Amino acid sequence: MMSDVLLLGAVAYDPKVVRIWNGFRAWFAEHDLALDYVLYSNYERQVDDLLAGRIHLAWNSPLAWVRAARAASVAGTEVSPLAMRDTDRDLTSVVVVRADGPLREPGDLTGCLVATGALDSPQATLLPLAHLADLGVDVRVQRFDVGVGLHGDHIGGERDAARALVAGTVDAALMLDATHLMLCNEGTLAPGATRILAQTPPYDHCNLTVTDRAPRGPIDRFGDLLSGMSYADPQLRELFDLEGLTAWRPGRRTGYVALEAAVDRFGFYDDTGKITMPGYSP
Amino acid sequence: MTDAQLDLGDLGLDAGGHLLLRRALGALRAGERLAVRGRDPALPVHLGAWCRSEGHALDVSDGAPVGQCHAVIVRGERADLRWLGAVRAGETGTVGTRPPAAWGMAARGALLEAGGPEPHFDLDDRDLVWADVAPQLYAHAAARQWDPATAVPWEEPFTLADDVESAVVQVMTYLVENEQVALLVPARFLGRIHPHFREVLQLLAVQVADEARHIEVFTRRALLRRKALGTSSAAGRVSLFTLVEESDFSLASFLLSVLGEGTFVDLLGFVATHAPDPVTRRVTSLAMQDERRHVLFGVAHLAQHAALEPRLRDRLRAAVERRYDALRDMAGLNADVFDALVVLAAGDWTPEAIRSGYLRVRQLERQMDEGRRRRLERLGFPADEAAELSALHTRNFM
Repeated sequence: MMSDVLLLGAVAYDPKVVRIWNGFRAWFAEHDLALDYVLYSNYERQVDDLLAGRIHLAWNSPLAWVRAARAASVAGTEVSPLAMRDTDRDLTSVVVVRADGPLREPGDLTGCLVATGALDSPQATLLPLAHLADLGVDVRVQRFDVGVGLHGDHIGGERDAARALVAGTVDAALMLDATHLMLCNEGTLAPGATRILAQTPPYDHCNLTVTDRAPRGPIDRFGDLLSGMSYADPQLRELFDLEGLTAWRPGRRTGYVALEAAVDRFGFYDDTGKITMPGYSP
Repeated sequence: MTDAQLDLGDLGLDAGGHLLLRRALGALRAGERLAVRGRDPALPVHLGAWCRSEGHALDVSDGAPVGQCHAVIVRGERADLRWLGAVRAGETGTVGTRPPAAWGMAARGALLEAGGPEPHFDLDDRDLVWADVAPQLYAHAAARQWDPATAVPWEEPFTLADDVESAVVQVMTYLVENEQVALLVPARFLGRIHPHFREVLQLLAVQVADEARHIEVFTRRALLRRKALGTSSAAGRVSLFTLVEESDFSLASFLLSVLGEGTFVDLLGFVATHAPDPVTRRVTSLAMQDERRHVLFGVAHLAQHAALEPRLRDRLRAAVERRYDALRDMAGLNADVFDALVVLAAGDWTPEAIRSGYLRVRQLERQMDEGRRRRLERLGFPADEAAELSALHTRNFM
């Protein structure tokens, strides 16, 4: 790896990812930091490459962070969450039912058919399913596997789950809180036509994961530049709007506890970060 | 300090509630608090998602009565940051000399968020494109638009001899090809002029629409009683192509509007005067009114430009000479068109009538020449030079 260039990995869940990281790359270059990026088709290979030392940093989904943290010890390295978006903090997921239906309490869902996003979506599958299980509610699951390997970054699974709810082929749909609002505003869900039956506790989403093998000086400079980025800068504002943030915040580990538990409950990864989820092949 | 208050009632954020939130938060400074209450069941969830995306902090109370949501929003600075460094794209009522590229996609006078595209409009110099009379001319043009379906007496009965009808069809065919070029030339410049000069764009857009109508009515008159159009000479088309080829706005405007369309005003007036039927009379007189306006704008903005840059006249002169050189060995006007004009002006096939028609066409050519000289003098050319340049104008009229 070129030691004087910081190499960042990102997953190409949408064509806009190229625009975002080209923009950041140019901005960092203007601020005397050599940064380049590598795009991956899925988070698992990105984590593999991070731990193998092929990239210094990874723009990780929460699930990719959980795996990286578990696998790091096996790889003889340590990872830490360097930064996250302000919008990565304190998200919740919701269990949505039809407002004209009979379901009033989470317990009413026992035995019902629940639509989820892709099997690797933290927000539309793992976290809300684990929350229902924590509440003692045993449900049947119909997954909408759109963009498997993207850890739920592709919203298609959530939208398909919502459409199934509207069509009456499922009893409930699981999704991110912001997705529910968006689907109402775009008309997929008619305003007032759904009821939120349950909401998970807050959790954190993506973070910029860095390994201890990354060169300290450039990483520190990278972190300083990130925290100095302002939404008032028109060049950055376009990128922030595309990436969905107003400011970068320091990364924190505390927001992933629920996802760790969900990963264990469903056997998604083992303690070493090995993929153990049946049928998951991104 | 007491928090500002907002009661959303049962309005949710899935039905427009965010408008009330934005309005209430807009009155606060970053860090100030807005107490929100509402009865929409999804409000606690949606407030969380909305505040996160808008950069506000949120505290939802656990102690609200059943069926109610009580929350406090701490206003973030996202909206303020977005408008830091915003500037107005000039003033609505004032035309700038050299508007920046960044203003190109905005209304004149709008408050511009910093950033965004900087499209290149090469015609961005007020001296080059602007005429003070443009706003009035546009208003006049907009008010004088006519509907081809109703403005022309298409159904009015008339009888014409076959060869007179042929003459009309030939003249109409010639007019259509000229109007097509008169449409193309301003259309090609429209996308190059900085939109800050809005009234010029509007005026040229109407000019293009005028020509579109002229093409329609002349074609319709030609085919009113015939199934085929008349002839189009190669030399005529070469002459027209020299207009389309001209990529300099001032020169193209000079050749097309001042010399070409100016000459055409006389031609259309001539055809209207000698028209053998009411439809021909009406379509040519309607077109003539529009063309007068096109000429006025061409003369006005070039006169204004020439007053600021005396050397412009040298370039205009060179353009006429260049075009003359390119066309000097060409036949000029389609002979069929010339003959058709004589027939229309003659009104009969007796030798006396034809002589009289022929003289009238020659008289028309003198009248066209006088008009051109007058307009050239208006641009500041001395009389002798104006006469010399007018004589070099294409024999194809446009």
